[in-house]
Amino acid sequence: MPLVSDIHDLDAAGFRAAILDPARGRPQTVTGPHGKQADKRFNVYRNNVTVSLINALADTFPAVQRITGETFFRDMAREFVRARPPVSPLLFLYGHEFPAFIADFEHAAQMPYLADVARVERAWLTAYHAADLEPLAPQALAAIDPAHLADVTFRPHPAAALVRSRFAVFDIFDANRSHDSVGRIDAARAQSVLVTRPGTEVMVTALPDGHDAFFECLLSGGTLGEAAEAGMAAAETFDINEAIGGILSTGAFIAAETAQ
Amino acid sequence: MNRTSLSQDPAPAAGTSRFAARTARIPASAGVGFKHSHLEAILDDPDPVGFLEVHAENYMGDGGFPHRALERVRRDFPLSLHGVCMSIGGPQPLSEDHLTRFKALVDRYEPGLVSEHLAWSTHDDVFMNDLLPLPYTDETLAHVCEHIDRMQSVIGRQMLLENPSTYVVFENSTMSETDFIREIVRRTGCGLLLDVNNVFVSATNHGFSPLSYLMDYPMEHVGEIHLAGHAVQEDDEGEPLLIDSHDAPVADAVWDLYAIVVRQAGPIPTLIEWDSDLPDWPVLRSEAAAADRILDEVAHSFMMGKSHGKISHAVG
Repeated sequence: MPLVSDIHDLDAAGFRAAILDPARGRPQTVTGPHGKQADKRFNVYRNNVTVSLINALADTFPAVQRITGETFFRDMAREFVRARPPVSPLLFLYGHEFPAFIADFEHAAQMPYLADVARVERAWLTAYHAADLEPLAPQALAAIDPAHLADVTFRPHPAAALVRSRFAVFDIFDANRSHDSVGRIDAARAQSVLVTRPGTEVMVTALPDGHDAFFECLLSGGTLGEAAEAGMAAAETFDINEAIGGILSTGAFIAAETAQ
Repeated sequence: MNRTSLSQDPAPAAGTSRFAARTARIPASAGVGFKHSHLEAILDDPDPVGFLEVHAENYMGDGGFPHRALERVRRDFPLSLHGVCMSIGGPQPLSEDHLTRFKALVDRYEPGLVSEHLAWSTHDDVFMNDLLPLPYTDETLAHVCEHIDRMQSVIGRQMLLENPSTYVVFENSTMSETDFIREIVRRTGCGLLLDVNNVFVSATNHGFSPLSYLMDYPMEHVGEIHLAGHAVQEDDEGEPLLIDSHDAPVADAVWDLYAIVVRQAGPIPTLIEWDSDLPDWPVLRSEAAAADRILDEVAHSFMMGKSHGKISHAVG
């Protein structure tokens, strides 16, 4: 590219660098009209960018914000926005790295469950926008020869996501997304949730013991037989019929495939 | 909300529209920005607005509720598709991914109007979620025209370009915004979306007369008008600095400018934009009704004598 074509690029690069780094001055070519100053003027852009991205995170992670309180959340989100600005203009794709950021965020160390709640909320938004695909119908499963059932694998619905947690992530998520006041929650009770969207509404399901291992196996391409073994190894109470019922009721899969 | 009303439309037959003919063209009346919280009220309103406009990026997901809602309103209303993030004013080539997504929406929803901004938001793969300003030079003009050519060729139709609201100026600009815009129209054949609030915001912020801007503006190419509310802050010298916030009713001064514009240019599709601190539906509906009253008065005088309608008459 000839040198003369680089001026526009340099202008944009300088503008971008100064927007995301408050320690930098405004770009040299930016000024006010009629000899006016432009620090406050340039700060309008800084503020628009930072605040709108923080607002986007607040919209995606409302339960996290309710748990931390607004001031804490916005301080944390501001650090994230500056460290990891979005790479796509589609803001509903933003924040996949936010749960990991929260897990490493020193000031959130007193809330070790917070990152898992954020994972559920991120999965919720992905499910909300996922493609419209019909979940696996009970008849499709019933049509499979019982002799081959253990070898069946399942194709996941694009909305389906599993979040396994050492904490009561479903209870915390659920209570903080409702309008009611949050009662006492035993945060130390391990829970796992399955996020799906069988129709237009996103569904968040607290999984019985053993079902997390079962669904994790199926979602990563394991057979029904392998998943049943994983479920039984994880929990004595694991019931395969209940687990197969969960496959159908959550809409986590779109097809059952036999090996031959 | 009546979820059952959001069932998916059947696929269209080849070469035909999926939508009623009456919803193809945007009428020269008032429309509003479509927000999901207003869905039921919009469908139930006995006095429906003239058209709805959506931000294209909000419907670039694969599926789910946003598409169900848009499919539903599109059955009853003409639609304007307004892009916010194409980054037409940036130095880099447009994102082919974004163009592909945009084209898919145009094909799917058959909007009566398509528009984008004279601004940029992405550079080196960082998306800044704001409409950032550019200097007006021969070089930036060439970039913007290349980008509009590309967008119009991908979507296969004309787009409207919206004038920005700005808070700073560039020392290296060599032409006025209106000269820049006029030259874009000449080179690309695009139409214009005149945001009257943006004119008022920029005029106040930069100390020029909004009427002289409008006199220099190529009004004959305007296919749509935007009206919105703004907020008031202070600049470095303590004087008013207006922010294009879209979170309030349209200001009286902007209504006055709007009336001047349509009295000169004739009835033009007019959108009320309200994007944050959303009001209840009746408040937004009444803003659209206020625009319709001015449009009706103008349409009436246009019917009475076309001589009132020449844009070549000096404004102000």
